Amino acid sequence: MIEIEAVSRTFGPGRRGGEPVPALRDMSLRVAAGETVAVVGASGCGKTTLLELICGLQEPDAGRVQSAPAALMPQSDLLLPWLTAIDNAALALRVRGTGREAARAQVGPWFERFGLAGFEQARPYELSGGMRQRVSFLRTLLAGKPVLALDEPFAALDAITRAEMQGWLARILAQEQRTVVLVTHDVEEAVLLGDRVLVMSPRPGRVIADLAITGARPRERTDAAIVELRARALEALAVSA
Amino acid sequence: MRRLLLPLLGIVALLGIWELYVKASGVSALVLPSPLDVLRALYNDRGTLWHNFKPTAAETCLGILLAAAFAAVASVALHFSTVVREALYPLLIASQTVPVVFLAPLLVVWLNFGLLPKVIVVALVCFFPIVVMTLSALETVDPELIKLMRTFDAGRWQTFIRVELPSALPGLFAGAKVAVVFSVIGAVFGEQTGSNSGLGYLLNVTDANLESSEAFASVFVLAAFAILLFAMLTLAERRTLPWVHRLKSSQA
Repeated sequence: MIEIEAVSRTFGPGRRGGEPVPALRDMSLRVAAGETVAVVGASGCGKTTLLELICGLQEPDAGRVQSAPAALMPQSDLLLPWLTAIDNAALALRVRGTGREAARAQVGPWFERFGLAGFEQARPYELSGGMRQRVSFLRTLLAGKPVLALDEPFAALDAITRAEMQGWLARILAQEQRTVVLVTHDVEEAVLLGDRVLVMSPRPGRVIADLAITGARPRERTDAAIVELRARALEALAVSA
Repeated sequence: MRRLLLPLLGIVALLGIWELYVKASGVSALVLPSPLDVLRALYNDRGTLWHNFKPTAAETCLGILLAAAFAAVASVALHFSTVVREALYPLLIASQTVPVVFLAPLLVVWLNFGLLPKVIVVALVCFFPIVVMTLSALETVDPELIKLMRTFDAGRWQTFIRVELPSALPGLFAGAKVAVVFSVIGAVFGEQTGSNSGLGYLLNVTDANLESSEAFASVFVLAAFAILLFAMLTLAERRTLPWVHRLKSSQA
């Protein structure tokens, strides 16, 4: 589904000179269809660059990127304040040419499923942070792409809401046959949601650990296997730092 | 209530100090009429003022609308095309440095007396702030949002219609609010160079006749009109873009 081979990507030097910044070096990654891969790493390790390469928003300087079409879910929800919640979720459908009413009819049942029923007509600023992220996720999901590129989707939420949303996303992803690349700096989030956890080195980023996560879902933070994997991922991060 | 009370209090205080100063200093009414003199002139000349207010109001409103229409088109063009921006932006800035006092008589020579030269003067004065504010609103759209739209297969046009255009509207309003304040000055300049009606014309006449109170009354009407336009724009903005106000108050 996604094949990244020996990819390097360097930014700059800017117009004012300065050193070029290597974001990724010799990065390789394969993601199978239906797999959820969580990518963790310190900030500035090229995680966002990786997602943008997958989404086709950037081209690599060297190496090869091949991916099925991917839709992006940005870090902050970035819902459009002039649209209602349902029209925000329907954005991709509208872009594709679906009529307003037809798009709303299509989105309606999802609001039910996502625990957003009754908030169809609410404006983004009237929703809680967790609800906004659910609308934002739905908007990306409804773009209908086989790959979902999630860029630290819950980073802006408070700890309790974040924990809730992680459980929620795990349930949704179990039902949806999508290939997911989830970028996060939260190791616990990675081991809870991923089928695999990739640990990236600091800039220039490349994969330094690839941990397969087995065990039944739903996972609990307190499961022995989860605790151990979390420790291993943290250890890999610490070694690289 | 408080929002109405405080500005009123400010005005009353200013007028009070002014009145006291005129009374205490014994300055001639020719040099500085007292607020009560101006009030009297406002009442006595209400017919003349109203008669001359109408063309000024028409010129101002038409000028602002013309400026807004042109500014909207221009900022979109400047936003879409780097070539257009690089070629025209310096000219745009330069155009703002041409003094209205120089331009207004020229326009009268070119276009004769009547409404049109004044409308153009008003539009010229208003154009720039609206373009600058609209353009800056267009440029500050979150780049992540543009990327998101690209992964939704949105083309340039779809992104513009669904994301950039609504984002630019608050800029258009902000620019128009700045512009209304200049607009009445533009109208007066236009009228002072050549016309036989309007508050600018009335100012010429009353100044020449040393009718200071009457001249101040015209200025008062102009100021009130500018405030009214500003308030109407604020109201229209609240109505059409309710989210702007909500975002501001939720960030505070």
